[in-house]
Amino acid sequence: MQEQQQTYRKKAKYTDEVVIDIRDLYIAFGSNKVLNGFTLQLRRDECKVVLGRSGSGKSVLIKCIIGLLKPKSGSITVCSQDILAMNHDELDKMRIQIGFLFQSNALYDSMTVRENLEFPMRRHGLELDEKDAEGRVLEALANVGLEHTVDMMPAELSGGMKKRVALARTLILKPDIILYDEPTTGLDPVTSREISDLMNELHEKYKTSSIVISHDMNCVRTVADRIAVLHEGKCFAEGSYEELQQRTEKEIKQFFV
Amino acid sequence: MELPRSLKMFLLEAGDLSAFTGRFFREAFRPRYEWAEFIRQCFRIGYKSLPLIGITGFIMGLVLTMQLRPSLVDYGVEAQLPAMVSLAIIREVGPVITALIFAGKIGSSIGAELGSMKVTEQIDAMEVSGTNPYKYLVVTRVAATTLMLPILVLLSDAISIYGAYLGVNIKANTSWSLFVRQVFEILDFSDVLPAVIKTFFFGFAVGMIGCYKGYNSKKGTEGVGHSANTAVVLSSLMIFILDLIAVQVTDILGLN
Ligand SMILES: Nc1ncnc2c1ncn2[C@@H]1O[C@H](COP(=O)(O)OP(=O)(O)O)[C@@H](O)[C@H]1O
Ligand SMILES: [Mg+2]
Repeated sequence: MQEQQQTYRKKAKYTDEVVIDIRDLYIAFGSNKVLNGFTLQLRRDECKVVLGRSGSGKSVLIKCIIGLLKPKSGSITVCSQDILAMNHDELDKMRIQIGFLFQSNALYDSMTVRENLEFPMRRHGLELDEKDAEGRVLEALANVGLEHTVDMMPAELSGGMKKRVALARTLILKPDIILYDEPTTGLDPVTSREISDLMNELHEKYKTSSIVISHDMNCVRTVADRIAVLHEGKCFAEGSYEELQQRTEKEIKQFFV
Repeated sequence: MELPRSLKMFLLEAGDLSAFTGRFFREAFRPRYEWAEFIRQCFRIGYKSLPLIGITGFIMGLVLTMQLRPSLVDYGVEAQLPAMVSLAIIREVGPVITALIFAGKIGSSIGAELGSMKVTEQIDAMEVSGTNPYKYLVVTRVAATTLMLPILVLLSDAISIYGAYLGVNIKANTSWSLFVRQVFEILDFSDVLPAVIKTFFFGFAVGMIGCYKGYNSKKGTEGVGHSANTAVVLSSLMIFILDLIAVQVTDILGLN
């Protein structure tokens, strides 16, 4: 089993430049304090995994980063710009640089794969002529090995293919930062491994920095440079896979069984 | 004082729906305008409802005529049949029945569509792709239902009246031109105008409630089904409430 494990990433090649700086984030829904003083830094070229149990607020965390949810207090800066102080237009501009891969893929059911991929380009007002747009669509699909699906509807695709198309759509604006919300949850082990490898490949190719939310330890082990453990709304621990594997606290150990 | 739970839920929901509707007026008249999507929705909502609206309209006119005839014969005013039926269709039966069918078909499909977009994060995906999902999804659909329902009602009225013509001719022999003359003699502006105006409100209510229910769908497939279902129930109820208001208003304005 061990030797057919995935290609491990070369660790600690990222730089010291902080691209996402999250400090003391606090958000509650009613009396449910989901994030309670969460702090995290992402460096350029780094792939950081956030581990946490289901319902611990991982999705809430990355939705705050992209401005889909507003935290009660705390600060989020992306490339030294304060996300929480931005108006609508500034936020839109920032979102071109941040790709988001949704847990449920969020492919538009009523559109073909091509229209799905064109949607972010058109809506962000990228000035591209027909040929360039088509070129970008095919390039993005080639990256995930699915050029032949360009005229299909999402309903015709398997779970793994949907995830790949969603990833292609995330990549189409060539973002500097990608946020992955449970990229392998709900996929079979083989497909999960393919997606994890693909994430590494694309990370190498486009030099993106990323935050990955996951509790699939095979995926975590494959993609993570560093891992943060989210527990009770705080960052409980942070370190490399090997470092955290040695720890004995049950909050960490539960993930490494 | 503690309010009963169900009343509290009702008031909260009414407040939510009002806020959601208020947002329509804030967003609809400010750029950017989603023309392409609006036209697509008009086609989907209007054109695709045509066969159903046409068939029900036809049957309604026919059946109404056949039901009314015996009473009119008893009173010896059988000659009034075309006038009576067309008045009933244009003023009340046409708008309300068409709106109810529209609520069943379009209200539920909007509720289910937006509901599934909500739970599979497609609405969030639009938001991060430089699109205001309220404008793109809600404003376009509500504008389309508001505009399409009156047109559908007028079509349904026309088909119903043709059904009535056939109904009259089952037991009598009236020419089409005489029938039409009888209909237009009795109808005047004050019958048609209030009936048409209220259908805009019906259309608005169906679109708004469908979107509201879909947009606030709870996670899971039951959530989506529930949205579609409550969208139909609530918008049907709303059609009757608006109809009640409309009759009071026309009464006060002396349009009766
Ligand atoms: N929009 C919302 N309104 C109310 N509660 C929410 C909302 N989004 C998330 N929550 C709550 O926040 C908690 C964390 O949710 P989430 O971030 O989705 O968990 P996960 O870590 O599994 O991604 C859950 O208890 C959930 O019920
Ligand atoms: Mg989640």
